[in-house]
This record gives sequence, C-alpha cells and structure tokens, in this order.
Amino acid sequence: MCSGNMAAGVLSGVRQVLRGPRLLSAVFSCHGQTFSSAAAAVKSAPDTAVTEKILNFPLTQPDYFHLSELFTMKDLFEARVHLGHKKGCRHRLMEPYLFGSRLDTDIIDLEQTAELLQQALNFTAHVAYRGGIILFVSRRRQFGHLIETTSRECGEYAHTRYWKGGLLTNAPIQYSPGVRLPDLIIFFSTLNNVFQQHVGIRDAAKMNIPTVGIVDSNCNPSLIAYPVPGNDDTPVAMEMYCRLFKMTINRAKDKRRQMELLKGISASV
Amino acid sequence: MAASGCRGVRSILWKYGSCGKNFCLSRSKTVPQLPVRQICVSSSLWKKNLAAAGPQKFTQEFIDKQVEEFEIGKRHLANMMGEDPETFTQEDIDRSIAYLFPSGLFEKRARPVMKHPDEIFPKQTAVQWDAEGRPFHFLFYTGRQSYYSLLHDVYEKILAMERHQDKMRNKGLFASETKQILLTGSRWQLKEEIEEYLVENISDHGYMRLIQLLEKLLSMPYCSLEEDFILKFRKQLEVQSSKHEIPALQHDPQGVAFSVADGRRKTAKASITLRDSGSGNITINGRNYLHCFPLLQDREQLMFPLHFVGMLGRFDVEGSVEGSGHSAQAGALRLAISRALLSFVSEGEVERMRQAGLLTADPRIRERKKPGQEGARKKFTWKKR
Repeated sequence: MCSGNMAAGVLSGVRQVLRGPRLLSAVFSCHGQTFSSAAAAVKSAPDTAVTEKILNFPLTQPDYFHLSELFTMKDLFEARVHLGHKKGCRHRLMEPYLFGSRLDTDIIDLEQTAELLQQALNFTAHVAYRGGIILFVSRRRQFGHLIETTSRECGEYAHTRYWKGGLLTNAPIQYSPGVRLPDLIIFFSTLNNVFQQHVGIRDAAKMNIPTVGIVDSNCNPSLIAYPVPGNDDTPVAMEMYCRLFKMTINRAKDKRRQMELLKGISASV
Repeated sequence: MAASGCRGVRSILWKYGSCGKNFCLSRSKTVPQLPVRQICVSSSLWKKNLAAAGPQKFTQEFIDKQVEEFEIGKRHLANMMGEDPETFTQEDIDRSIAYLFPSGLFEKRARPVMKHPDEIFPKQTAVQWDAEGRPFHFLFYTGRQSYYSLLHDVYEKILAMERHQDKMRNKGLFASETKQILLTGSRWQLKEEIEEYLVENISDHGYMRLIQLLEKLLSMPYCSLEEDFILKFRKQLEVQSSKHEIPALQHDPQGVAFSVADGRRKTAKASITLRDSGSGNITINGRNYLHCFPLLQDREQLMFPLHFVGMLGRFDVEGSVEGSGHSAQAGALRLAISRALLSFVSEGEVERMRQAGLLTADPRIRERKKPGQEGARKKFTWKKR
C-alpha cells in the first residue's frame, strides 16, 4: 500500500516536469497509472489476505478466546447467581429459564445460565476484538460506581445515570453530528429505578444494536439478543459479572494487538 | 410565500430544462431523457433556519488565526504608542485603545475593545472522539460527561475515605477529633460558576446533588485529606470594609497631621481637609459654618461623623462645596468628613462607621418628569367622565 502511494508521488512529479508536450504527458500518466494500479493490486493482495485472516479466522472457531476457563457453574453458585425474586414477581417469559422455586423464591437454572453466559461472553469478545464500542448500562444506584470503574479499566464506556430520551434514536442532535453509536450494549440490570424495562433495550432494538442483558426473574428477556438469566441484586454476583466482562474484553483486545504485531512482522517479511 | 416558491420552482425547471436541451444537442438519442418530476419546493427550505442553528460555532483554525492576528496587532499597537512590544500588557492595550478611539458611549461593553480571542469568543467543546470514532471520555454516552465524571470522582473520594477510616480503626488509631477544614468566610460556588468550570449545563437538581455529595464528604472525620479538592468548589467572600480606600495621612511643615477627602450628594461636590490641631473650628468656603448653614439639621449632619467617633473637639475642618441645595451640600460634606476620618481611626472603628452608614454614598437623585404626568409621580386630575 505504501509503495503504491510512493509510485503516485513519483508520478505527480513526472507529470509536473513534462508540462510542455501535453499528449506525451497524458500518455505517460496513463501508462504510469496502469503501472501503479497493477503494482498496488499486487501489493494489496497479501494485505487483504492477512486482514481477512485476522478478522475472519476467529469467527470459524467456537471458543477462540478460551472463555470457558473463566468461570464454572460452581463459581456461579457461590456468587448466588441462581437466586431469583419471589414467586409473585415472576415474569411469564422467564419461566423457561427457571429451575424451580423453593419456599416461594425462584431458582434460576444454572446450566442454561452457564451456556448463555458463555455465548454472551464469546460475542462480547468478538466485538471487542474487532474494535467495537461497548456500552455498560445499569440503573442500579448500588452498583453504578462499580460498573463505571469496570468500564474505565477495560477502556470501554458506561452509562449508569438517568437515560435521556433520544440518546440512541436522536444521536446527531443529542451529541454532535457524526457521532459513532455503540456496537454492543451490556445491561447489568434491565430494569430502571421504578421496576420498568430500561428504555435502552427498546432503543437499541430500534437502532439494530445487539444487546447482552443480565435478566432476573422479574425481567422481560424478549428484546435482548443475548439474555443471561441471573441474579442482579447481590453485590457478589455483580462483582463477578463485572470481573468476567472485564477479563473477556481485555483478553480480546490483547489478542487483537498480538495479531496486529504478527501481521506487521509477516508483512515486513 | 407560495408565489415565491412557484417562481423558484419555475426557475429550477427552466435551468434543468435548458441543460436538458444542451444535452440533446451534443449527444443525440444516446441518453434517454429522464422525465422531469415537478417537486414542490417552498422557499422556507432554502432560507437558513436561524433559530435551529444554535449558537455560532467557531472552528479551531479560525480561533488560532484570530490569536495570531491579535499578537501581531498587539506589537503594531505598541510600536504606534512608542512602547516596547515585548513588555506590552493588557492594561497598556486598554489604555492605548481608550486613547486612540475615545468613545462617549455610556455602555462600557459597546466601546471599542481589544482583548485576547479566548476572552471574546465563547469556550466551545472540541471534537470528542478520535479518528476511529471512539470517544475519549468513558462517560461520553451519558451526554453530560464532565458533570457525571465529577460526581464519580467525589464518590470515589468518599469510598477511599471510608476505607481509610476502617484501616485506622483496625489499627486502633481512629481519632474522631481530626483537623477540620476552615469554611468560614467562603461559600459554595454558584451553579453558573460550576457550569463555567465544567463547560457544560447543569440542572438545578444536578447542582443540588453535587453540593449534597460535597457536604457528605465534609461530614466525614478525615475530610482534611481532601481539603484542596473541596476548596476548589468554595469561593472566598470578600470582607466588605476592606474595600474602602483610606486617604493617605499627610503632614504639614509645622508637623500637624491632616488628610484630604471628597464627597458627593445629588449634584453637590465637597472637598474637606481635616487637620489634627486640637480646636473644633469648621470653615466652609472661607466662611464659618454657622453662616453657611443657618439650619440646625445641616449643622448636625456636619457634626455626626465626628460625634460618632468621639473626636468632636480634636479636628479643624476646612472645606469647599458647590452645587445643589443646602441639604445636599451638608450631605456631601458629611461623606467627605467621614472619608477623611478613616485615616485617623482604627480598623474596628472603620467597620462601625460602615455599619452606621457614614461611608455609603447616598445614590438618590432627582427622578425625571414623565410625559402625561404633572411631575415624576404626580398625575393630572383624574376625571371619571
């Protein structure tokens, strides 16, 4: 690619020198252009191959980032992820994800949770690997600071404050024209402070932004792309989720940097 | 508006129509003529929507160019005034501009001004994201990144302080009477000042929340660790009496101390010389004050400042006064005497005098007469029918 640019620079110099005989210069430039385009084509083929390898190869593997070693079902149990709300708060659409209820308290099926969490973490890792913008959202005041700190540590973004109306749907006016919207939104709690579904879920669905959400037994999992049934009220559980997402994102970014370095080495070779 | 719109449409169609004709002439039958669709365009679409444009935005290059021009202009001005361009300060610039462009306008902001562009053009936020579109600040998507990051920092400090407290308790070194931050003589910064500091708009509720968080930080035992941070949000109140300009105490060749001061009331202007001679004589315009002010009330006004500080028989008062009537002249003289007394009196006495109202210039002037009325307030006779 850089050799193509150099060729173009040389060309412009040549054209300036041969300003007198116009036909000659035109002929020269035509030939030169074809020469440079051929050269560029030859040079860019290995580049695209390498880029394709970096971007497309991870998608062919089921667990490219080895995220299954990050957590076990026992860890989820010890972090009390299986504890849901009482029977009266149960949402109808969460019934497939519940294992049962014990003394009126709903118990979430950890086998399904583990599988869905694995899928969600894998998706997050791939998005972070491809340099996507990830937004952490939660409206729980208890964990707002924790989530903001987590987002800062992995270099992504957080929104744990009052959600203004058109943040996603009216973005050029709310921010500035030319703003880039998040490529993935992770909800650590899908409800807002008055126990209604967070506006961000609906807005993300409108703007075709994929969502990952920790859904408790009183939440609606329908509009979320990667729902993860689990407890969102206990500090232990929230710390565990934050830790897991931070580790996945850091891992994915480190892997990308590694691949870029390797690409640099192979390109120079 | 419809007529202008139609005219516009017709002109557009005519332009396109003529272009189409030229096309027909040059390339015959190779390009099929596209049907011209009548688009109704009203003139409101062409006019710039000034209300929706918002405040005018200046690009960074424009402001940099203005800064360059200002620096060059400053050097030209210094050369014009015959001064050294290297040591030409903003005060010199103001003085030179006032000299070169004398203006009789009352509104100071309407007069010609030459200041650094940073003071003239309003501060604007720069582009918030990098080349790939990733925003710089981690709270960018909240819409109010500076304010929320400030709340985040304050909460972080509260948590850190609680952890510190727990550590001290564990070691057994916890002391509840730790050094407190001095808050007397200062107030919390106003919402406008914090908005200026953050370059962002805050709501009243948001401002209250910030102040509540800072108060919570202050209520903790070890708040002195974050003293610098908290004092950033407090503004020192100026002590009122320190603003008084005390006239310099001068000495006669005989060694007698005296001070000179001026005073004004309505249109009367007075100038007083207080001599520390020991007699209680008062001379105004060369005559004794009994001749100038036959009315007791006026003489009481003259006497009041000296009686208040208890130095009635100590000073020799020599004054000149002109303009307005007897009462206004007496008031002007009283103010002048009080100001002259400041150089003979202690700090505490100055504050007492200020609170007694001796040092405040009376701002009342004559109210103008309005048309349709007899005088300033008096109306013509009201007739019911």
